[in-house]
Amino acid sequence: MGFIRKYITDVFSAVKSLLKGMKLTGYYFTHHKEIITQQYPDNKDTLVLPERFRGEVVMIHDENNEHACTGCTACELACPNATIKIITKFDITPEGKKKKALDTFVYHLELCTMCNLCIEACPTSAIKMAQTFEHSVFDRSQLTKKLNNPGSKIREGIE
Amino acid sequence: MYRQTEIISDLSKTPPSEGLEGADMIINIGPQHPATHGVLHLVITLNGETIKKVEPHLGYIHRSIEKMCESLSYRQFIYATSRMDYLSSHINNHGCALCVEKGLQIEIPARAQVIRVLMDELTRIASHTLWWGAMAMDVGALTPFFLAFREREMINDIMEETCGARLTMNYMVPGGVMFDLHPNFQKKVKEFITHFKNKIDEYDELVTDNVIFRNRTENVGVISKEDAISYGMSGPSARASGVQCDIRKLYPYEIYNQLQFEEIIETGCDSFARYLVRMKEMRQSLSIVEQLIDNIPDGEFQAKTKAVLKLPKGEFYSRVETARGEFGVYIVSEGGTTPYRIKFRSPGFSNLSSLDHIARGSKIGDLVAIMGTLDFVIPDIDR
Repeated sequence: MGFIRKYITDVFSAVKSLLKGMKLTGYYFTHHKEIITQQYPDNKDTLVLPERFRGEVVMIHDENNEHACTGCTACELACPNATIKIITKFDITPEGKKKKALDTFVYHLELCTMCNLCIEACPTSAIKMAQTFEHSVFDRSQLTKKLNNPGSKIREGIE
Repeated sequence: MYRQTEIISDLSKTPPSEGLEGADMIINIGPQHPATHGVLHLVITLNGETIKKVEPHLGYIHRSIEKMCESLSYRQFIYATSRMDYLSSHINNHGCALCVEKGLQIEIPARAQVIRVLMDELTRIASHTLWWGAMAMDVGALTPFFLAFREREMINDIMEETCGARLTMNYMVPGGVMFDLHPNFQKKVKEFITHFKNKIDEYDELVTDNVIFRNRTENVGVISKEDAISYGMSGPSARASGVQCDIRKLYPYEIYNQLQFEEIIETGCDSFARYLVRMKEMRQSLSIVEQLIDNIPDGEFQAKTKAVLKLPKGEFYSRVETARGEFGVYIVSEGGTTPYRIKFRSPGFSNLSSLDHIARGSKIGDLVAIMGTLDFVIPDIDR
């Protein structure tokens, strides 16, 4: 008798546990407000990413097309993946002295892991992380970027 | 990590039928199989449906992170450890930062310590929720997977706002943390706490009491306390066998010795006990977050360190409790700017070594439940 009673109670508790789970499923089925799915490509215009989100490295230029990069290569040394290559040139100052300046800031997006170490290392805050994403391109060479704008020069007073 | 195994060396010498007994059969699970959660290759010897032997073959996602770290400076190598156990990347970074700080002998500001512990516990909840969903999916329930991602998404949003990334944060730096907390952090975490408290009861209702789930996990994959110790298991998987191995209690780091929390120990030794440990751990982590969220001290979030870090000559070891077990970092320094040797003790590798012992004698369908409750992250095993 004990065996039969145990069998029946087992069956009843099993059915009860299944119904409990189904109740929850039914709740979500009837409460559409609980749905949190984002319709991604459609909500692209309203999508706001946090300001600290690390998408890619960009160089900050002001309205006079001037940047703050002195070409000190601190970011190049801080980068663990050799993502940044800085090519420098020598400007002649009005006093006739040679002065090291940035020629090209080469950034390999395809090697970058977005670790933020270059931005931490920069002494003049010349670079920052942009909130862009969707970096896929058809040709890999498009991922190698030149970050300083053509014709840009260093802002006055930054050493 | 490829090694010439007994079965394979036998097979190369003799025709397949002679290397095996009677009705034995060899089946490969993986490297591309959804139940292994990554590129793990299991060579299983079967007698009918009964497992006679499980041989894990590793190396499909080996990236030689330890060797790579030898050429990186002490600031740079931390980012690579996020790629090992990607579900608890904060805690991996934390272990590395602790080891470097031990070598440099620098004091961490109180605010940085609290931030680190907060982030660790949020990561643990995120990791366990994802495990819960994936585990339930492995044994045949699909709904929990979507519910688990809903809660995990909230934590990921918090991380994204404060750390700048969702998965591989690289937020811990030697001397503290990279940024200060975002102004919205406290508000969002409090929202998460109230939300998650209701939802974790829902988790129990949906899966823990479910009769199908219980039948698939109870008395499946039993490993005794002695065996768990001798295989070097750690984390929730070992605590389910009654082993006291929580690093947060045994070797407290940061401010864990000032916090009120319990080390969850179950004595069921089976898959269901491993499940229960993780479910209870989520509640403990939530209580730690609750204790800390209103008591974040003011002050610096990063200690002053030199621009170029140089560890003194010697050996340094530090360990932390990740969501999967004990994570150890061992650095040998020759006094230069880069380490001479780095060794990571990852919890997944040791837990995997016990898989053969656990699975022997059980049915092939149970293997999925065993692997699910052991909670493997394959990049953590392979490194």
